[in-house]
Amino acid sequence: MANENFPLIFERSKKGRTSYSLPEMDVPTVELEKELDDSYIRKTPADLPEVSELEIMRHYTGLSNRNYGVDSGFYPLGSCTMKYNPKINEDVARMPGFSHIHPHQEPEGVQGAMEMMYDLQESLKEITGMAEVSLQPAAGAHGEWTALLMIRAFHEANGDFNRKKVIVPDSAHGTNPASATVAGFESVTVKSNDKGLVDLEDLKRVVGDDTAALMLTNPNTLGLFETEILEMAEIVHGAGGKLYYDGANLNAIMGYARPGDMGFDAVHLNLHKTFTGPHGGGGPGSGPVGVSEELAAFMPKPVIVKNDDQYVFEYDRPKSIGRVKPYYGNFGIYLRAYTYIRTMGAEGLKKVSEYAVLNANYMMRKLEQAYVLPYTQHCMHEFVLSGKKQKKLGVRTLDIAKRLLDFDYHPPTIYFPLNVEEALMIEPTETESKETLDGFIDTMLQIAKEVEEDPEIVQEAPHHTVVKRMDETTAARKPILRYKKI
Amino acid sequence: MNLPNDLLYSEEHEWVKKEGNKVRIGITDFAQDELGDIVFVELPEVGEEIDADEPFGSVESVKTVSELYAPVSGTVVEINEELEDSPEFVNESPYENAWMIVVELSDEAELDKLLSPEAYQAFVEED
Repeated sequence: MANENFPLIFERSKKGRTSYSLPEMDVPTVELEKELDDSYIRKTPADLPEVSELEIMRHYTGLSNRNYGVDSGFYPLGSCTMKYNPKINEDVARMPGFSHIHPHQEPEGVQGAMEMMYDLQESLKEITGMAEVSLQPAAGAHGEWTALLMIRAFHEANGDFNRKKVIVPDSAHGTNPASATVAGFESVTVKSNDKGLVDLEDLKRVVGDDTAALMLTNPNTLGLFETEILEMAEIVHGAGGKLYYDGANLNAIMGYARPGDMGFDAVHLNLHKTFTGPHGGGGPGSGPVGVSEELAAFMPKPVIVKNDDQYVFEYDRPKSIGRVKPYYGNFGIYLRAYTYIRTMGAEGLKKVSEYAVLNANYMMRKLEQAYVLPYTQHCMHEFVLSGKKQKKLGVRTLDIAKRLLDFDYHPPTIYFPLNVEEALMIEPTETESKETLDGFIDTMLQIAKEVEEDPEIVQEAPHHTVVKRMDETTAARKPILRYKKI
Repeated sequence: MNLPNDLLYSEEHEWVKKEGNKVRIGITDFAQDELGDIVFVELPEVGEEIDADEPFGSVESVKTVSELYAPVSGTVVEINEELEDSPEFVNESPYENAWMIVVELSDEAELDKLLSPEAYQAFVEED
């Protein structure tokens, strides 16, 4: 492994060193002062690193070698669906007809791109069972917010201005209450029952004529299918509220069940999770929203529609909540999702969910030998273990996650969901082989053994990584946010 | 578990110290241990009204952000400004240096709903 002290590119700088050589000037020079107002001219040169081309290459190649992605190893980060991103997606995204177009081109000149987006919308409608889909939102939380604005517009169009509350389960993704707050609602928590599912009695208690919507992910963040979803829909609809589906966990049910058929009025999908947009580096995401007939009038405009053989942006939508993203969202991710859907086909997508659920259950049943499994029914595409047995021996879930780094695994999501103590949330995805799953299971069992026999090796992990245990506390309390020349 | 005898406790893991018609509020030793290293404390402003069982602020640890639930209702008359620069007090000294707010009670009877040290200990252990 490389040295821990990896300098910044600025620290590699030597005055006068360059990575370019310009030819002699063969055009007339101009005086900047005559061309530009003085206030636009910088007086001191920009402080840029001065390095050779080779140094630049070594610097960034060195950094990239320290990266970890799905292409490097197993990445069971629960709720994030870190599945393999097929490389044919990249071929398609780089086709000149897609990669060389400009968002300011008139739709008549980019009919192929328009058709791809339209067809993607149609596929997502079919997969979710919704009446209309807008691709615009840039990521999941943006999709949540967009749909909540539509739900508010719907209530207000009915003269109903009293619906200020959005109900979220205590196991919800943190983005749900956050989106509700940003959209101007107050979020109210509904409790889970002892099976890890929404407590219907508590739902009846919190629902009322001030309920705008219930936000729910199904399967929920414990990886459990909310079997009483139809009853929940009845309760919320009965009170005049709407049901919102957080699509983060769609990978568990594709081709088997549709949010639209469960009674949801609005959904978002994470194309970067379920539909193989690469997202280990933080994006870009894509969070299309689907809505029922009732909410369709409020969709962000423009809406892509097909008129005879022409694909057009339709702006004449007087009830629309307006545009939520410049241009038309993250186009490059649409191409990857579209390619994925077309290469997998309907049967293939169904298999995706089947294998995702099978892999998770296989792993769960092996790991419950050594870790506490708080909810013991079969899981869907992910499951949540508790490290509380290990905590009694002085080893925290954080330590277990760090120890996994020594074995070249990306750790699972930890300390989420909040309703499980010392949570470890594991999502293997459908793209991993049995050998990979077994390798991870063996490692987890070995770590559990280490906790009993030699806890220090876990408490002090990682031992084999470039950077050892980070001082997260100081990093958070006294962050150094940018390079400063000393 | 360190649970001073002269304090009352809430099921949301706050401690309450009665000082005349005011109370001083912070989070318990158990709470700070569960949360891990605290890196940020968000408190209300002096003069704000707080309601029992409603959030009045939040604490952020390296693991998570948790809301602080008011054990009583009243008006905030003092906040511990030192916590802004020294959130580590919550871990090091939860009952002394890391008091969070002082509240003028609007309903003294609310104190009757809080737990004794023994009752809080039993509550934590059964959880």
